[in-house]
Amino acid sequence: MTHILEVDRVGKRFGGLQALTNITFNLEEGEILGLIGPNGAGKTTLFNTINGVYSPEEGTILFRGKNVVGHKPYEMAKMGMSRTHQIVRPLKDLTVRENIMAGACFGHENHNLLAAGRIADEMMGFAGIKAKPDQLAGSLNVAQKKRLEMARALAAHPKLLLLDEVLAGLTPSEIDGMIKTILDIRKQGVTIIMIEHVMKAIMNVSDHLLVLDYGQKIAEGQPEEVVHNERVVEAYLGDPNMARRLMEEA
Amino acid sequence: MNKIASFHPGLWLALAVVAAIGIWPIPAQDAALREVSFTVLIAIVMATSLNVLMGYTGYVSFGHVVFYGLGGYVGMYLLNDYHAPLPLAILAGGAAAGLLAFLLGKAILKLRGAYFALVTIGVNEAMRTFISNFEPFGASTGIALQFSVYGAYGGAKQALWVVYYTIVGLALFGVLASYLIRHSKFGLGLMTIREDEDAAEVMGIVTPNTKTLAFVASAILPGMVGVLFFFKNGNVEPGDAFRLGVSIETLVMIMLGGQGTVMGPILGALGYQRLRGFLLTSPIFKNAQLVVAGILLLLIVLFIPAGAVGWLRQRFAWLRKVLA
Amino acid sequence: MNPGGILTSLMDGLLIGVVYGIAAMGLTLIWGVMRVINLAHGAIISLGMFGVYLIFTNFGIHPYLALLLVALAGLLFGMLIYYITIARVINAPYLSTLLATFAINMIFIGLGTAVFTTTPRDAGFSLGNVSLGPVTLQGTRLVAALVTLLVTGGLYFFLYRTRPGKFVRAVANNRAAAELMGIPSARILALSFGIGTMLAAIAGGLIATFFSFNILSGDIYQQKSFIIGVLGGLGNPVGALLGGLILGALEGLLPLVMPNTWVPVIEFVLFIVILLVRPSGLLGGKSE
Repeated sequence: MTHILEVDRVGKRFGGLQALTNITFNLEEGEILGLIGPNGAGKTTLFNTINGVYSPEEGTILFRGKNVVGHKPYEMAKMGMSRTHQIVRPLKDLTVRENIMAGACFGHENHNLLAAGRIADEMMGFAGIKAKPDQLAGSLNVAQKKRLEMARALAAHPKLLLLDEVLAGLTPSEIDGMIKTILDIRKQGVTIIMIEHVMKAIMNVSDHLLVLDYGQKIAEGQPEEVVHNERVVEAYLGDPNMARRLMEEA
Repeated sequence: MNKIASFHPGLWLALAVVAAIGIWPIPAQDAALREVSFTVLIAIVMATSLNVLMGYTGYVSFGHVVFYGLGGYVGMYLLNDYHAPLPLAILAGGAAAGLLAFLLGKAILKLRGAYFALVTIGVNEAMRTFISNFEPFGASTGIALQFSVYGAYGGAKQALWVVYYTIVGLALFGVLASYLIRHSKFGLGLMTIREDEDAAEVMGIVTPNTKTLAFVASAILPGMVGVLFFFKNGNVEPGDAFRLGVSIETLVMIMLGGQGTVMGPILGALGYQRLRGFLLTSPIFKNAQLVVAGILLLLIVLFIPAGAVGWLRQRFAWLRKVLA
Repeated sequence: MNPGGILTSLMDGLLIGVVYGIAAMGLTLIWGVMRVINLAHGAIISLGMFGVYLIFTNFGIHPYLALLLVALAGLLFGMLIYYITIARVINAPYLSTLLATFAINMIFIGLGTAVFTTTPRDAGFSLGNVSLGPVTLQGTRLVAALVTLLVTGGLYFFLYRTRPGKFVRAVANNRAAAELMGIPSARILALSFGIGTMLAAIAGGLIATFFSFNILSGDIYQQKSFIIGVLGGLGNPVGALLGGLILGALEGLLPLVMPNTWVPVIEFVLFIVILLVRPSGLLGGKSE
């Protein structure tokens, strides 16, 4: 197995605040890594550091075998990394179709408009967007915006997809639909890291879990192992009964 | 955007409006009508080109006139000091403006929002005060063409028509370019930046280069038009070339018609210049021209910020195909 | 150039710089509190000039007393402008507020030009000269600088020692949070715009006591206010005073080493460079 992403002793500071400390993990091609931890643990910061929004002060990040520390987000996108945002960022005054086309045009496959249009039509179905292609993205509801955000990221045909809380705010039936879509994406050979608070979903979907707390990695491994890990129970779940409940749910 | 080869009503309508304005004075060879159309066409070029930066990319510049002024100066300098032919002077004016935009672009387009607007005011004033001191360009007195220069174009009277036909061509070209940009991959990148610049970067848009390219694209035509205007005018001075008010009037035209659309700046330019012409010649409003324009602008900003075309497009979805 | 001459130039520059500072203070206060770049600032400065001039020449009221009336009128006028226009676009994209304030500028300048024409006016007011050793200073300028310092002190007392002043700072800091605390943000924004306008009117009124002017003159001071604003940090009133002093000193000293006409070139290049390198201002604390 080859590693698509190798994060080695990465540290990120904001002024006096140490947001990430000594984060190390590897990601194998084709797997789904679940990233969990309490609010403020540094999960989104880790995403921002991986995809070049922030540059880490310490450590190295290898993406597809290349050190990418100091790369800009657009360079990461061109290398095959896509992401969604915790708070969706639709291009409001553009149509749904144009939103997805933009993902295809400027991602690492650099499609022209014609090809991007075809990909957009395909992605609308794949991501389950039930809106007219020429509807303005700003007029969609939250669930549809989340799907649009995902479709836009997928339209780039990424090698690695970073999903930041795509399930948050969805109804249970919407969550089931979204999980199916995520598993479909993985079937296409896309590697995924997902930040998620919906435990049932992440336990089912992830091959591995990585737990952050106060910017540090406190556990990593199979989902069942991780939720029984004492530090995780203590730091993240706070309450041992919670862990048992989670396992039952899963 | 769907089919490259399909019929583009938005483009044809826009070109038809500009062509109609352009052809209007030609059959009768009416000099007074020509002057009216000339003013409107210049405004169309200025508004259409600024719209690439403001409407498509979302960067509001108060310094658009810098390109017009610099282009005008470079062209006049070549015409006067080197007796360059007019076409060469026009190209040189456009090139100088484009070069300035290229050099400035990466530095000032880092600034967002109001800070960008502020720095463009600074650029305009720095340029004006610098040219006022720059001896090769005649410092504060500027450059006045010798009358003999017009001889090459069949005398001053004929030269005015040559200038006019050129501006008609440039306006048509500008509108065509605006349409093509809006419906290109480059244009999609610009509009993505306008909607959310950080998301655009994450999606893979090389924002510094894309923005700079938009800035250069918006600068070239004003540079060329500047040469034509001052050639026709016979002289150029710092105060006329770098008048902040011209930049702002151009913004007003775009707001009036609707930013981010192809048709908006055309209708805005036409509407604004006709209104201004009416106010200037009307005995009642002659002295209150600025007041009326100000009130009009205030009303647009307060009540229809999307502009006329934007408002129509929001109200009537079917118009989106026609009003590109 | 003898040392006395240099000193006189420097003092002249500093005295006028303080007055620039108060004009800039109005601009920067409005920016700091509501993130609006007030393009009507220059027009208000012009109206302040005409206010003092007209009251003095028509009614023979002492210019400094006239200044008091002008200041009060400026405050009320600013609040009126806020309620009629700015309040409607305060949450719209920044282009709306830029163009709204510019429209107000057009209306004032248009009306002013129609009523007053652009003929230069001169109040013809003098307080004689004051000599300190080798340095000779115009009395009116000295008083203008003193008035400015007084007004600045007053502004500080208001912002830091009074309840509405603390509300202004709270709204500047975080409008949403201030509203949650029960601060009437709409009224505070109007008050801030009024104070900003008042400061512009005072600056104009002071300038009218020693320079000739016309309706378009305010524009020059508006541009200087921009330069000072970025020098001192937009949103920082003390910075505005310091920025004004720096600009004044430059204007006093630079003409000794280069032709006068190059001074604005230097000023605007400085403006651009500071915006690019440190948009929070040379003296500004928090970075953007």
